[in-house]
Amino acid sequence: MSAALPRLLAGADARGGASLTAHLAHHGLPALAIDAAWLVAEVERAGLRGRGGAAFPTATKLDVVGHGRRRAVVVANGAEGEPASAKDATLLAQVPHLVLDGLQLAAAATRADTAYLCVKARAGTAHEAIRHALVERAAAGRDAVPVHVVAVPDGYVSGEESALVNLLNNGRALPTAVPPRPFERGVDGRPTLIQNVETLAHVALIAHHGADWYREIGTPAEPGSALVTLRGAVERPGVCEIALGTSLTSLVAHGGGDLSNTRGVLVGGYFGTWLDANAARTATLDAASLRPLGASLGCGVVAVLPHDACPVAETARLVRWLAGESAGQCGPCVFGLAAIADALEQVADGRARGRGARSRHEEDPLRRVRRWCGEIAGRGACRHPDGATRLVASALRTFEADFEDHLRHGRCGACARASVLPMPVHEAMAVAA
Amino acid sequence: MSREPLTLRVDPIACTAHGLCAELLPERIRLDDWGYPIVDGEPLPPELVAHARRAAAACPTLALKLRAAPDVRGSRPPPVSSRARRAA
Repeated sequence: MSAALPRLLAGADARGGASLTAHLAHHGLPALAIDAAWLVAEVERAGLRGRGGAAFPTATKLDVVGHGRRRAVVVANGAEGEPASAKDATLLAQVPHLVLDGLQLAAAATRADTAYLCVKARAGTAHEAIRHALVERAAAGRDAVPVHVVAVPDGYVSGEESALVNLLNNGRALPTAVPPRPFERGVDGRPTLIQNVETLAHVALIAHHGADWYREIGTPAEPGSALVTLRGAVERPGVCEIALGTSLTSLVAHGGGDLSNTRGVLVGGYFGTWLDANAARTATLDAASLRPLGASLGCGVVAVLPHDACPVAETARLVRWLAGESAGQCGPCVFGLAAIADALEQVADGRARGRGARSRHEEDPLRRVRRWCGEIAGRGACRHPDGATRLVASALRTFEADFEDHLRHGRCGACARASVLPMPVHEAMAVAA
Repeated sequence: MSREPLTLRVDPIACTAHGLCAELLPERIRLDDWGYPIVDGEPLPPELVAHARRAAAACPTLALKLRAAPDVRGSRPPPVSSRARRAA
């Protein structure tokens, strides 16, 4: 197999899932009966980190779950609650066998006897492709561990680790307070491995082709490839596979966009970070470049703000949406995000006009928002308030002049422009269908 | 009595902002703009332990908990086992 891209999406069929025959032929008739210790060591050699957003070292998770006190459970997380991301749905629809191989391999590596594949309920094409793939695999006897497919209800936090465990245990996709973390006690109180579906696809690539091959692209610190969802001011939005370390400029150019004409780029997801145009032009898609900029690849969303969009209005809308996506369980999240959304709307609409730093009796609304961002983070059961406040703080830094301008002068000409970022409305969350 | 350092933690789902904790242990707990506790998670000095226990016992929802200060091993999974490395 060559070192070139694509790797994950190689042999993918845009019309429907690649067949088992095609999958096996493409990857050299790979077997799934592997030595658990060998696979964990190989995944560690390959330097794989999770692709769901937290970038946790995969080998570490495999190892600890496999050495728990009780038999493990493995869960493939394809919930993809991030509306701007389409990579997981794409992967499941186009190369379901690679994900399902990865799930079996993770089960073998952790000596699990139960496997779940959690998929967003609305991802119809993915569900169809998975259904078909499982039928093929059953006929071929390819899955040693039976796979239970579970539909995850809509909701930004429904795919959070503890929410998935709660869904599987109790039918409610709501985050729970930790400790214990799922790797210690999760589904049925057993050590539970939860991996994003893309991470499992990478595990399959590593098992089938080896860590040396895996490391042929990417950077020494972050080897391999990753899926990104490019959107916003680009001619060809969508999911593409990149080598880690690829420049943001070349990614955007590949999608028919132009960083010289943008106000900013949102990297990571709605829990991620706004980069200004200068930072975006120098950034490469790997932690070494992004971390000093206060950013991370997250779940691979790269959204280029059009030059004629208002970043203040966009941020205010996003935060209002994120506040609505709170599971509603923790005071700091429920009240804090709503208050931040209120304040940003006031600033965006110019209703906070005249209440700038001049007022001696009332805290400047932007200062209040910055304080709240600092106070709310870390005080929820899950990381939803942390992500939302990270987004807000980065918007206030990156678009500081725009926020100050709105504070003083109210709405700008671009405020009424329709949002570039998807903010889906759905029914009350949490309870499984 | 244990000599292990203790810290305070709030279960954010159980907490419903009664605010008793901040009354009983203002040295370590203050309330945010909506009445929810912001807890200093540093290890408690011996002279505050009794007060901290009282505050935890007084919480109407038992959301405030006293715990042994987590060490590095306790909160993160251990590195890949040497057994796995040797198999490589």
